Amino acid sequence: MPYVLNTTDDQRAMLDAIGAGSLEELFEMIPPSLQLGRPLDIPLALTEMELAQVMGALSEKNLHVENAVSFLGGGSYDHFIPAVVDTIAGRGEFYTSYTPYQPEVSQGNLQAMFEYQSLICQLTGMDVSNASLYDGGSATAEAALMAISATRRSGRVVVAESVHPEYRQVLQTYFANLETELVTIPVTDGIVDPASIEQAVDEETACVLLQSPNFFGCIEEVEEITRIAHKAGALGCSIFDPISLAILKRPGEMDVDIAVAEGQSLGSPMLYGGPSLGIMTCRESFVRRLPGRISGQTVDRHGNRCWVLTLQTREQHIRREKATSNICTNQGLFALRAAVYLATMGPQGLLETAMLCAQKAHYAADQICQSDRFERVFDAPVFKEFVIRDLWGEVAPLLEHAASEHILAGIPLGNWYDQLADCFLVTTTEKRTREEIDRLAKCLDQAPGGSTDNA
Amino acid sequence: MRNPQTSTLLFELSRSGRRGTRLPKCDVPELPLQDLLPAPACSNQPLTLPEIAEPDVVRHFTNLSTLNMSVDSHFYPLGSCTMKYNAKRNERMAALPGLAHLHPYQPTSTLQGMLQLLYELQQMLSEISGLPAVSLQPAAGAHGEFASLMMAAAYFQDRGESRNTVLTPDSAHGTNPASASMAGFETITIKSTSAGLVDMDDLQRHLDDRIAVFMITNPNTLGLFEQQVEEIATLVHQQGGLIYLDGANMNAILGISRPGDFGADMMHFNPHKTFSGPHGGGGPGAGPICVSEALEPFLPSPVVCYQQGEYQLDLDRPLSIGRVRSFFGSVGVLVRSYCYIRSHGPDGLKRIAENAVLNANYLLSQVEQVLDVPHGNRCMHEFVASAERLQKEMNLPRPAMDIAKRLLDYGFHPPTVYFPLTVNESIMIEPTETESKETLDLFAEALACITKEDPQLLEHAPHSTPVSRPDEVQAARQTVMKWTAD
Repeated sequence: MPYVLNTTDDQRAMLDAIGAGSLEELFEMIPPSLQLGRPLDIPLALTEMELAQVMGALSEKNLHVENAVSFLGGGSYDHFIPAVVDTIAGRGEFYTSYTPYQPEVSQGNLQAMFEYQSLICQLTGMDVSNASLYDGGSATAEAALMAISATRRSGRVVVAESVHPEYRQVLQTYFANLETELVTIPVTDGIVDPASIEQAVDEETACVLLQSPNFFGCIEEVEEITRIAHKAGALGCSIFDPISLAILKRPGEMDVDIAVAEGQSLGSPMLYGGPSLGIMTCRESFVRRLPGRISGQTVDRHGNRCWVLTLQTREQHIRREKATSNICTNQGLFALRAAVYLATMGPQGLLETAMLCAQKAHYAADQICQSDRFERVFDAPVFKEFVIRDLWGEVAPLLEHAASEHILAGIPLGNWYDQLADCFLVTTTEKRTREEIDRLAKCLDQAPGGSTDNA
Repeated sequence: MRNPQTSTLLFELSRSGRRGTRLPKCDVPELPLQDLLPAPACSNQPLTLPEIAEPDVVRHFTNLSTLNMSVDSHFYPLGSCTMKYNAKRNERMAALPGLAHLHPYQPTSTLQGMLQLLYELQQMLSEISGLPAVSLQPAAGAHGEFASLMMAAAYFQDRGESRNTVLTPDSAHGTNPASASMAGFETITIKSTSAGLVDMDDLQRHLDDRIAVFMITNPNTLGLFEQQVEEIATLVHQQGGLIYLDGANMNAILGISRPGDFGADMMHFNPHKTFSGPHGGGGPGAGPICVSEALEPFLPSPVVCYQQGEYQLDLDRPLSIGRVRSFFGSVGVLVRSYCYIRSHGPDGLKRIAENAVLNANYLLSQVEQVLDVPHGNRCMHEFVASAERLQKEMNLPRPAMDIAKRLLDYGFHPPTVYFPLTVNESIMIEPTETESKETLDLFAEALACITKEDPQLLEHAPHSTPVSRPDEVQAARQTVMKWTAD
């Protein structure tokens, strides 16, 4: 019993004070017919040493970024994490506290949340950021719900096919019982054509949802499409890549109304996809419709600057069924990681990171396409990800072959896009070296299959 | 002792030219930016972020951390949140490279260890809940509620039934009605009796064929086991409705009673509570859901399965509600749950419940000598006291708040106050099993002292914390939600 302090003597003394004869008596509130009356059928307890052996064995069965080279992206990235981030997030004062309901003993969390919000506003050029949502997918769905509430239009949400397919699936789930029609705009040459957005947007449309760089790594015409949305009285919602904003135009510069993102890139490990960080920002005028916690600056009774959870009347613990969202537990520790990451990287560090990503992506695409077997699929400019077609059409065995050489070469796109069944998505972060990229290109080029095998 | 720069903002520490980290030189042939990305796509304003050297980053956040109370440093009896000790071994295990640095789109052949862990966790949660099917996807308890209600909607749609109402007791967490709204349901609130349990007459009055789901928290937020839960389930089932169990309070009944056995069709766990995943200053959590066989086809996709000697992701689920988030779920939190359950085994889990309930009852026996406890002298893992009497006795308009603030001076994190809404001036105390009798005694003594103190001392408390009684009205009226340069 690792973490219980009560000794048999303690238990006896406590039962006496309660006036109970036994531990069982304390459970008399539960009718006997509803008591299990047998031990749970789960494995017997392990000591810390035994647990370490079990977990070590499970860990070793997986390929991971320390025993393989990863070119996987698609919303979860192997970016560099400075040691500082783990040091700070590993402090018990941060990770074993909870939601700052008592501001007097939570100024550490509240100030860090306020700094996170400020850093995210600097990064995006947006007016306001909340203190986090679950992830990029649920943040996308919350953005659409918020747009419906802000515009009082519930007829239609227009979404680009190039938005992360899983974010669109989340959107579909969230909208299953609403009257709102989700209209998906197909992609031509890797991005959506503003003209097709213009055709789809009507006077009942709440917003246009766009991701840039999109799922294929391509940069969309966010400014033009936001203008089109605004002309129809709809909102422009964009999903951004936080690292890219050191180079690319920021949502705030493009008149975007609600901007959301997956924030895992900002100092969090991939963790097989979660937990991660949902970033959500908006115009000042929408702040009372924003879901989730917000840290606000104020003064205490002595006039000292301090921070509290603010605008809580939006939230479920006050408004119940009328709240802007049901979110309660959020991603506080991962928002802290993002704040420490951005503070450590600074403007120069983030810019260099973004430049390295872009340089390496272009180099990698060129190297892979040296082989006759592969070609780039889209002409649109890319940031750190790009789509490659396998002209032999054998993507699954190709990627399995690469994995057998401990190279995680790409993400097959056929799972989500029928027309891209012979394609895969390759990502380079700043961590990938020239040697690794050359090894990837060679491995793909020399992979068996196609006509050479059949000959 | 306090560093004078502790409350200085990052932005105020910034000095042009300082750096916290350096990146390697580019090792591939470099192209000019305009050859990589077209000019109209690039920002023409330089990025503004603070410029801080690594030592200052560390000192800044380290000093901030010292302004927090935490489970590692303080008794934290925040009712309904189960602030128990967070096992350090779990932190170490979750950071193993083969568990922390996995990409969600790796081929499943390269993930067999992770998928095995998740598959075994599904099985263990199924056994603990008494419900056969599990999805690990939801990101938090409220997210699990939402996913389950979407499943209920899909289930009724599949049966050709249109049911639009969710019932919640008046003592329910705010997330219950908020989740019901998000899932497209109307909410009706069912009253509690003076004994703190679901009012069966009120329930009967509202039961008809429009009822989709009755959401119940058991043990409830007053720390009482809903003894008629089986009868409630029978009544709701007779009307064709489903029972949802809010599993926030599972710590009280681990290994002792199972939701599936008392009539629940669906439930969520809060692994950050019950299985000691750290609360992270607000999160992350996870919200795995367990459901009956009838609801299994509607579970979010994917689910881990074991076929032909391999762990796989079952993506072929035609009736599934789909995804509620991207990727698999809050895996980092689930790994800690796995470690926690494996460290305890069947006997250990039961002893958690026994000692959580023992500690709560012992503390109740001490606190009731000082404050009224309206719902009797026995409880499960938590109890709700009321400071209402002190409104008159001490002439304090908000005595629960004042006691909470004064407890800070005694070095205790306060309990949850003003929830549940069914008790005036409520003080909701959950000690958890990871506290000693000595700590509980000290806490009860502090409460006893406070109620004998000069009311003025309470009204202006806390007196020993870095700040005291921040002005929340000003924060909401003149909102400042980010730092600005001017």
